[in-house]
Amino acid sequence: MRPFDYQRADGLTHAGQLADADEAAYIAGGTNLLDLMKLQVETPRRLVDINKVGMREIEQTDDGGLRIGALATNTATASHDLVRRNYPVLARAILAGATQQLRNRATTGGNLCQRTRCYYFTNIDQPCNKREPGSGCGAIQGIARLHAILGTSSQCIATYPGDMAVALSALDAKVEIASESGERTVPVRDFHCLPGDTPWRDNVLEAGEIITSVVLPPPVAGRQSYRKVRERSSYAFALVSIASIVEMEGDMIARADLAFGGVAHIPWHDERLSNLLVGQAPDRKLFDKAADLLLEDAQGYGENDFKIPLARRTLHAVLSEATGVDQ
Amino acid sequence: MTETITVNETEYPIPADPRVSLLDFLRQHVGLTGTKKGCDHGQCGACTVLVNGMRINSCLSLAVMHGGDSVTTIEGLGNPENPSALQKAFVEHDGYQCGYCTPGQVCSATAMLQEIDNGWPSDASESLEGEVELTADEIRERMSGNLCRCGAYPNIVAAIRDAAKEDAA
Ligand SMILES: Cc1cc2nc3c(=O)[nH]c(=O)nc-3n(C[C@H](O)[C@H](O)[C@H](O)COP(=O)(O)OP(=O)(O)OC[C@H]3O[C@@H](n4cnc5c(N)ncnc54)[C@H](O)[C@@H]3O)c2cc1C
Ligand code: SF4
Ligand code: FES
Ligand code: FES
Repeated sequence: MRPFDYQRADGLTHAGQLADADEAAYIAGGTNLLDLMKLQVETPRRLVDINKVGMREIEQTDDGGLRIGALATNTATASHDLVRRNYPVLARAILAGATQQLRNRATTGGNLCQRTRCYYFTNIDQPCNKREPGSGCGAIQGIARLHAILGTSSQCIATYPGDMAVALSALDAKVEIASESGERTVPVRDFHCLPGDTPWRDNVLEAGEIITSVVLPPPVAGRQSYRKVRERSSYAFALVSIASIVEMEGDMIARADLAFGGVAHIPWHDERLSNLLVGQAPDRKLFDKAADLLLEDAQGYGENDFKIPLARRTLHAVLSEATGVDQ
Repeated sequence: MTETITVNETEYPIPADPRVSLLDFLRQHVGLTGTKKGCDHGQCGACTVLVNGMRINSCLSLAVMHGGDSVTTIEGLGNPENPSALQKAFVEHDGYQCGYCTPGQVCSATAMLQEIDNGWPSDASESLEGEVELTADEIRERMSGNLCRCGAYPNIVAAIRDAAKEDAA
């Protein structure tokens, strides 16, 4: 690990001041940042420890939603009564990720900002446009089993690896962000970036900006689930995952909020799917149409070609289960 | 004021180099080598310790971030003369072969039984709200962060079930 200067922030303003330095990084649980610092993938000159800043609360908002502090641990969130009762898709997504030891340290903010698990990104001897702009992408034409099928670019085909944010996208949660110049709110659906020509950019955070919380809208009716398909049944990143909130009204679909993990550089949300599904009677033909729409522009890179049929089948399974249609 | 970390009820000063992980601090500064380093990347669980009662991977944490915290290692759970219920059960059930993963397994299982008492669900729990029943599937899921290269898993599960029963009795 490269040497760095360690500073502990005692409040939000202090954190901002400390981070106003060349190559400073916030550290929360440290489970992603320290991992990458040991590999010299991340080489911050200063670490700003935000664990004493507060922002650990999970509390109801005035409109009946829920505000989850950026420093609330994944364990605190997944075991919180209101999350378990009203946002089971979120509890399930968190519990499907990592291990209890990691979730005990991992935080809301750190989880949102976790970096890709692309093998070329984490190996400094390999070319990677995300880690070293202009060095090329090792994964295109290389080992790409974990990689994206949607929204890729000629520069980068990495996936966002997290589970929690996929549920937050289905729930249409908002990210609250602060900096020395003020505060802003960004929908989770707009928080992560597609790789495009700037693959080094994972999300919309500017230097020094800090996530203060995530806000969930008031609970909605319907059936919530998180389905994660992975190489083994525990402790593995998603190949494909789907967070879903589906409500039926009689024989018709009244709500279908879906988000997909493991398929893109961002938790993937496609509004067109809701538009297609809502107001329709569910059947296999309709699910096929939804999959066609989702995968219209999907592209495989050899090793990950299997993700295209896998995403289709997973979508079928999720929609059949949620609507009660026999597969 | 120098900050300290309490390890098994004794206070130790925090090392000057902020790069020292909590794991290296325990092994090299405090001299407690029960806690093991397997991968140093949060993947194997050999370094699991309890910090303020919660299990974490000590390799993915900096000692300097733990000022004021209370750490319990395998040495703090019991000793050969006075083993904890889990330590005893691991011996009785042969819950190991080479023993390298064992301190992490025991620390992890100690916290796990508390988590079940708290009613915290896992990925294997049928319901998010109900009481957690300590089935083999629950144990396997909750212990999935502790790998055993010797594959002593069946006996580890048996040891934990046994100790949990004793716990409840
Ligand atoms: C072996 C292993 C398996 C894993 N498996 C899974 C899995 O299956 N699913 C899954 O979703 N995750 C998985 N993870 C990843 C884990 O969820 C993340 O490491 C964790 O959520 C990161 O949170 P943290 O608080 O530790 O972040 P840190 O490591 O502290 O920070 C991560 C990044 O976020 C930034 N950051 C942190 N907080 C803020 C803030 N408030 N504002 C702005 N920036 C901030 C940091 O600067 C850093 O860049 C796994 C990790 C490991 C090591
Ligand atoms: S896919 Fe992205 S992260 Fe992976 S090597 Fe290519 S540029 Fe780097
Ligand atoms: S040494 Fe910490 S998890 Fe492997
Ligand atoms: S007993 Fe050898 S690694 Fe588990």
